[in-house]
Amino acid sequence: MTGAELELDCRGMLCPLPVIELGKRYAEVPVGGLVAVLADDVAARTDIPAWCRMRGQEYVGEEPTGRYVVRRLS
Amino acid sequence: MGGRYVAGVRNASGYLDAASSEPLHPAARETLAAALDRGYADPRRLHGPGRDARLLLDNARAVVAECLGVRADEVTFTSSGTDAVHRGLLGLRLGLPHGADTPVSHSAVEHSSVLHAARWTGVEPVVAQVDRLGRVAPSGFAGSTGGVAALQHANHEVGTVQPLADLEVGVPLFVDACASMGRLPLPDRWDVVAGSAHKWGGPAGVGVLVVRKGALWVNPFPGDDRVDERSAGFENVPAALAAAAALRAVVTDRAETNARQHALVDRIRAAAAEIPDVEVVGDPVDRLPHLVTFSCLYVDGEAIVTELDRRGYGVASGSACTASTLAPSHVLEAMGVLTHGNVRVSLTRETTAADVDGFLAVLPDVVREIRSRVGL
Repeated sequence: MTGAELELDCRGMLCPLPVIELGKRYAEVPVGGLVAVLADDVAARTDIPAWCRMRGQEYVGEEPTGRYVVRRLS
Repeated sequence: MGGRYVAGVRNASGYLDAASSEPLHPAARETLAAALDRGYADPRRLHGPGRDARLLLDNARAVVAECLGVRADEVTFTSSGTDAVHRGLLGLRLGLPHGADTPVSHSAVEHSSVLHAARWTGVEPVVAQVDRLGRVAPSGFAGSTGGVAALQHANHEVGTVQPLADLEVGVPLFVDACASMGRLPLPDRWDVVAGSAHKWGGPAGVGVLVVRKGALWVNPFPGDDRVDERSAGFENVPAALAAAAALRAVVTDRAETNARQHALVDRIRAAAAEIPDVEVVGDPVDRLPHLVTFSCLYVDGEAIVTELDRRGYGVASGSACTASTLAPSHVLEAMGVLTHGNVRVSLTRETTAADVDGFLAVLPDVVREIRSRVGL
């Protein structure tokens, strides 16, 4: 499991709340740092990679199931 | 006031959901009213009223065939577009040797009626993936060696037209043309096609099934002793005739309608893309003329549909919170685009530039207001 500077527990939240949480808080880690989002809403699997693409951040991957890791690039 | 509707008002100018259902075409309304009085009898009967109903039904079939550029005996009226999809796809499969044991290969972005039919067979379907625009690769079905292939003409949610002309496929091909029929000429490549009248301005409850002469099609459902062996149940003759009248009118006007709608959709695509963190999806050029989809980051799909409705604009959404299943649109998912904050705008034949401008005038504020609720 990839370590992360910030772990956001969004389990039980429906879309778009996990992505809103990510959008609000990812800047708490330094550029280059990792944020992990724990989410059980099925839309997160599509929407977190899409957020990364739209916001110019790096999607590292899902590991294990339901834990989405993002690298802050800017 | 331009671009707004009030509950109960007919032909509302703010109704931007033609892809769910186009308002009844005046040609259909006129024909329906006349045919209700003439087409009530059983078209199988030999008495005068029966012969009259049969004449109307045959006339409807001939008009639809002419509009689609197919033979009249290839056309069947079904009870809905979904019924046409189910009969068409499953019957084509059953016509194969050992058809009942074979899988359906379909793209990941087919309409749910295709997905349900494919799963209903009990044989695990083979799924062809799509690119970011929602388009399957021409080689997407090249690996299918058994069963049937199902590919839509154009996507019902994002408008992207599929590469049917270049498709490499060695098995019988079912084409779901429900989103495109009347708007675009039929593609050349198909063994069976399905369409849906209420999507072109005909009445609901009329589907069109076209089975190519020589295609091996076997009824997958209990038979019936009606006029057309591919269908079941008492024919809705007035509705079929009204659907045919609407199709003729739409096909006659489509060069002008498509050019106008294509330009209006271009305007919506450009304006939506100007709003921060909004992604416009689907092919910008090779697409249905009247339809555009975009997704707004940090926006709840139900909230945006509700807020636009409050301002007099009716749109659809593929976001999870707007679906009965609470699952996001499988089309957006397969394309890998944002599924929340999703809006599908589809123009009716009467949508004007003023209606579109009115919608675009309120859209940025609606998005901003919903984002501000969550502090973004």
